Amino acid sequence: MRWLLLKDLQILKRSPLQLTLLILYPIVIALLVGFAMTRDQDQTKVALYNAMPAGEPLGFGGEEVDGNEIRDQLCGRVDCVEADSTADAKKMVESGEATAAVIVPEDLGDKIRSLASLNPESPEIQIIVNGSDAVESRVTDDRIEAMLGEANLLLAKRLSEGAKEYLDLILQGGEFDLLGQQIEVLGLKRSEQILKQIEPKLPPGTDREQLGRAVRFAHLATDNLDLAGPLLTAITEPIKAEKVEVGDDAPSLDTFAIGVTVAFALMFVTVLLVAGSLALEKEENAFTRLTAGLVSRGQILVSKVGLGTVVGFVVALILLTGLGLFVGIEWGRAPYWLLALIFGAAAFSAGGAALGAAAREVRAATLAAVMICLPVALLSLVPDDAVGPVIETAINLVSAIFPFRPTLDAITGGLEISGPTLWLPLLHLVILTAAYGALARLALRRF
Amino acid sequence: MGRFNLVQTPLTGTGPALAARGVSKSFDGRKALRGVDFEVGTGEVVALIGPNGAGKTTLLSILAGIAEPDSGEVTGNGVAWVPQQAALYRRLGVRENLLLFARLQHDAGQTGEAPEQMVTRMLELTGLGDRAGDQVGTLSGGNQQRVNIAIGLMAGPSVLLLDEPSVGLDPAQRERLWGFVLGLVGEGTAVAFSTHDIQEAERYAERIVVVAEGEGIFSGTADALRQAVEVEGGPAGDLETSFLAYLRGRGH
Repeated sequence: MRWLLLKDLQILKRSPLQLTLLILYPIVIALLVGFAMTRDQDQTKVALYNAMPAGEPLGFGGEEVDGNEIRDQLCGRVDCVEADSTADAKKMVESGEATAAVIVPEDLGDKIRSLASLNPESPEIQIIVNGSDAVESRVTDDRIEAMLGEANLLLAKRLSEGAKEYLDLILQGGEFDLLGQQIEVLGLKRSEQILKQIEPKLPPGTDREQLGRAVRFAHLATDNLDLAGPLLTAITEPIKAEKVEVGDDAPSLDTFAIGVTVAFALMFVTVLLVAGSLALEKEENAFTRLTAGLVSRGQILVSKVGLGTVVGFVVALILLTGLGLFVGIEWGRAPYWLLALIFGAAAFSAGGAALGAAAREVRAATLAAVMICLPVALLSLVPDDAVGPVIETAINLVSAIFPFRPTLDAITGGLEISGPTLWLPLLHLVILTAAYGALARLALRRF
Repeated sequence: MGRFNLVQTPLTGTGPALAARGVSKSFDGRKALRGVDFEVGTGEVVALIGPNGAGKTTLLSILAGIAEPDSGEVTGNGVAWVPQQAALYRRLGVRENLLLFARLQHDAGQTGEAPEQMVTRMLELTGLGDRAGDQVGTLSGGNQQRVNIAIGLMAGPSVLLLDEPSVGLDPAQRERLWGFVLGLVGEGTAVAFSTHDIQEAERYAERIVVVAEGEGIFSGTADALRQAVEVEGGPAGDLETSFLAYLRGRGH
């Protein structure tokens, strides 16, 4: 059997294109994915033109928001580039210097201040995006939406704080500045106390009853308006989410991205190699000669699975090591992710052998490998909660009978201690290796 | 035209190196062989001829032990089979192909000879020593067939089964191939080969076996086939004419 494996490696060596692809593929993928993963995600450039008068505070109800504070909020998520005018900002977007522009109008301060008045106006800012690139436009939209959300949250907090101060004034009483004049506000609590003191001194009769009603109203108003403060605070942050993770531990995004990249590479290299190599035995007419008393069909099968496992493992290892140069990989957990790579490579190899034995022709085997692997792997990446229960069950079933998802789980589990459990995917892969091996052996009976 | 009788000619040499008795084989309900008897004696060259689909390749496969007969038995040792199309790895060199099969035959216990020694011997035998490093895919059809046959001969078989060995070869390549095969025969190897080339059968085979629709309908020399046709009132002429007349006389 070792001679068969050696022969396959010799044939592989004789195919410069295949060999180059096998060596370059993991390196190029590692570089591409590595750069993509380490690229600063906040590099989106946005042109900012602030038409508001310099130094104008955005104040209302005694609360003031510094213009710089708003700017910091806007530019916290993107790289802001100052523009001199609306036209300048638009030009920057058109030329591609900035992916979008934010125009802060001259009257923004007035409109924000009006929020605290009886005639509130809606403050608006203008967004300019370049619609010629649909993908970039979408990404920019998301970024700007996020940054406006944060700015709005800041304003809402300040508004609610201003409103709370008014409420406190009404409840507790105090001094209020109106057009430069200090006005004293009695406040509901003090009104209630005063009325209560006066009430027993009045003779029984209609006036005393009316006063009693005013005392009860003041009492009720004080109690109920007390609730308004927390209510206003709640409006600024309606739902407070506390994230508690239960059940399967999800890997971090980086680990997941590494897992997907490695699993895809492992799948394509291994399945295509084994399926093609086994079908080649038939095309070269060598299978019959080999099985005429020299080696058994089972030995040929094991040698092909061995070939796929060795080559797939090496390619995946190069890829993972390459990715490790860009993102943090726990080298201390190497025994775990090495196991994941070996078991994954073996399962994909057995699957490739089943395909090659069924197809019996290199081109057909290659085509079948791509047509089966790609959609099934992509299906395996569909989140459970993204589809209805029936489709979810169907996807899970398909994913379970193909080695991609257990390989992905095993790799992420091997890479990250907080990732999914490693041993279950490994057991899953062992079962799939045996099942596909049995299918391949069956198909070889009529090879 | 009446039916001809099966003509049997005694085997040359000391006895059959390989024999099949009453061999039958069916594929998906279609009978490929119907109780065929076949023998090849030591140092004898036998040609297996017949129309397409007659069962020649099936019979050779069963004789080689690659396929199992549904009924009947095959006796003989040291049988090597050379498939119709070269069963070689085109991306490997001549030496690498030979070495691979030498190692496999050695590990399978078919020969005690060291693989490297076997390869050297085969390169000398085939006269391909100067092409040992060349990839098989770059060789001519004739040279590929020589390597193909050399692999069959590695374990020193007493019987060599060749399935249409000269298909696709030009006359010069065919000449060289048969010079190589007859050299083996001279050393005592029995050879049975299938062919559609009646002239090739007459020229190289001592005996001809005609198979049609899974049945063995003639076994004898080329002259015996001609005589059989003439005796039955058939046309006199070359072997191909006699062969066709013989088939027609048998309803094929």
